[in-house]
Amino acid sequence: MKIPTGKTGTPMGEPAIVIEHLYKQFGNNIVLNDFNLTLQKEENMVVLGKSGAGKSVLIKCIIGLLRPDKGKIIVGADDVTKLTHEELDRVRSKMGFLFQGNALYDSMTVRENLEFPLRRHWIDVTQKQVDDMVAEVLENVGLAQTADLMPAELSGGMQKRIALARTMILKPEIILYDEPTTGLDPVTAREIDKLILSLQEKYHTSSIIISHDMNCVKTTADRVILLLDGKCYAEGTYQELEQSADENIKQFFE
Amino acid sequence: MTTLTARIRAFFDETGNLSRFAGHFFSLGIKPRYEFRELLAQCYQIGYKSFPLVGLTGFIMGLVLTMQLRPSLVSYGVESQLPVMVGIAIVREIGPVITALIFAGKIASSIGAELGSMKVTEQIDAMDVSGTNPFKYLVATRVLACTLMLPMLTLLGDAISLFGAYIGVNIRSVTSFNLFFTQIYQSLSFGDVLPAFIKTFFFGFAVGIVGCYKGFNSSKGTRGVGISANSAVVLSSVLIFVIDLLVVQLTDVLGLN
Repeated sequence: MKIPTGKTGTPMGEPAIVIEHLYKQFGNNIVLNDFNLTLQKEENMVVLGKSGAGKSVLIKCIIGLLRPDKGKIIVGADDVTKLTHEELDRVRSKMGFLFQGNALYDSMTVRENLEFPLRRHWIDVTQKQVDDMVAEVLENVGLAQTADLMPAELSGGMQKRIALARTMILKPEIILYDEPTTGLDPVTAREIDKLILSLQEKYHTSSIIISHDMNCVKTTADRVILLLDGKCYAEGTYQELEQSADENIKQFFE
Repeated sequence: MTTLTARIRAFFDETGNLSRFAGHFFSLGIKPRYEFRELLAQCYQIGYKSFPLVGLTGFIMGLVLTMQLRPSLVSYGVESQLPVMVGIAIVREIGPVITALIFAGKIASSIGAELGSMKVTEQIDAMDVSGTNPFKYLVATRVLACTLMLPMLTLLGDAISLFGAYIGVNIRSVTSFNLFFTQIYQSLSFGDVLPAFIKTFFFGFAVGIVGCYKGFNSSKGTRGVGISANSAVVLSSVLIFVIDLLVVQLTDVLGLN
């Protein structure tokens, strides 16, 4: 069997996340129905699907913001669905989550936003180390001069970069992106795509990216899966799915 | 009939959810990790920044109450009892309740709107992901700050209110500062001051827990945030009166009235 290779050329073999028989429903609405997925280390996987298909629910289950009704989500050696809040915090320190609306703390400056996860997860860190890490991630996203600004003073694209910097500051092994380019102009969206790739190359992260933006999918995906009726309907590279004759798949590529 | 049943069910649902939320405060709030820095920040925001409003309204309340009471007392020939009446009214009832209502209007709405806005913009989820228990960081600190700050504000508000009353007395007659406050001091007993002070802790807790509950359970969208802020004020104001009623009954039973 051919071992898949990431965008950065690193061979992928060990799983970073394994999801088995996942179920989640809200009232009578079954969102995830026996969903299975394996994310390899250093792989960028894009999850495609219609609005309301359960893509965001999926990654919120992975990070522990939602509890699935049934099934397993294995991250490293831990089943996220069975952890206590304290144990979940330990697993979360290895994961980053980029929210669709950025979710920057609007009462804090950019620096305070970036320091917040550091102070919570790494209690013994010194101020010098914090300053260095903040400077490093701001440099990575090209916004070194914004540390003392408030989020409201930044443009949408800059806010997205800062949110990405906050996600990266703990140097997570896995990053979950919830529609990273939604609401951005095409130029800024392409910059975010490149940033996702460059950060993956630098920190060797594994990623699940939720997106409707086919340019983003094409640029970032090692593998694409289509979520339909709560199940993994199709799986393959961008090119494989693009050439599919299946109507449910074709409509995303038209 | 169906609507009435639905409303009654909704009332009990809301009461149950609020009680469970308050229960979480006691089960989670007492466990480490303690958020001292955030607690101090909230005490500053909730207590110190509310002082000008509480002070101004307290001063006007004392002044107006004195001016309104004077004609009645003059007609009975007991004008000299004006400081005593005003003092007891302010310390026992009007000071704590009016301060709590003003506090509810300012703080419950602000907490409801702040947490509601954080909820709909996923900032609370972001906090959770960042290794912070949002309940401990956002709710426990705000509820505790409200519970501690309202009694302090009430004490200060009462003092300013009595000063307003002193000015009110001196508009139509001349009474020395010492005489005015000595009269009030001599008329007040343990049973006047302590229950009135203790109930303000409960008022503060009610304002904090309702503001946080409404904010934390805000529905999606800006309209939901507005509704959270508004309903936080309404519900906390009603709770203040309910607690006041219960405290009056209790002090009556205990013979403190």
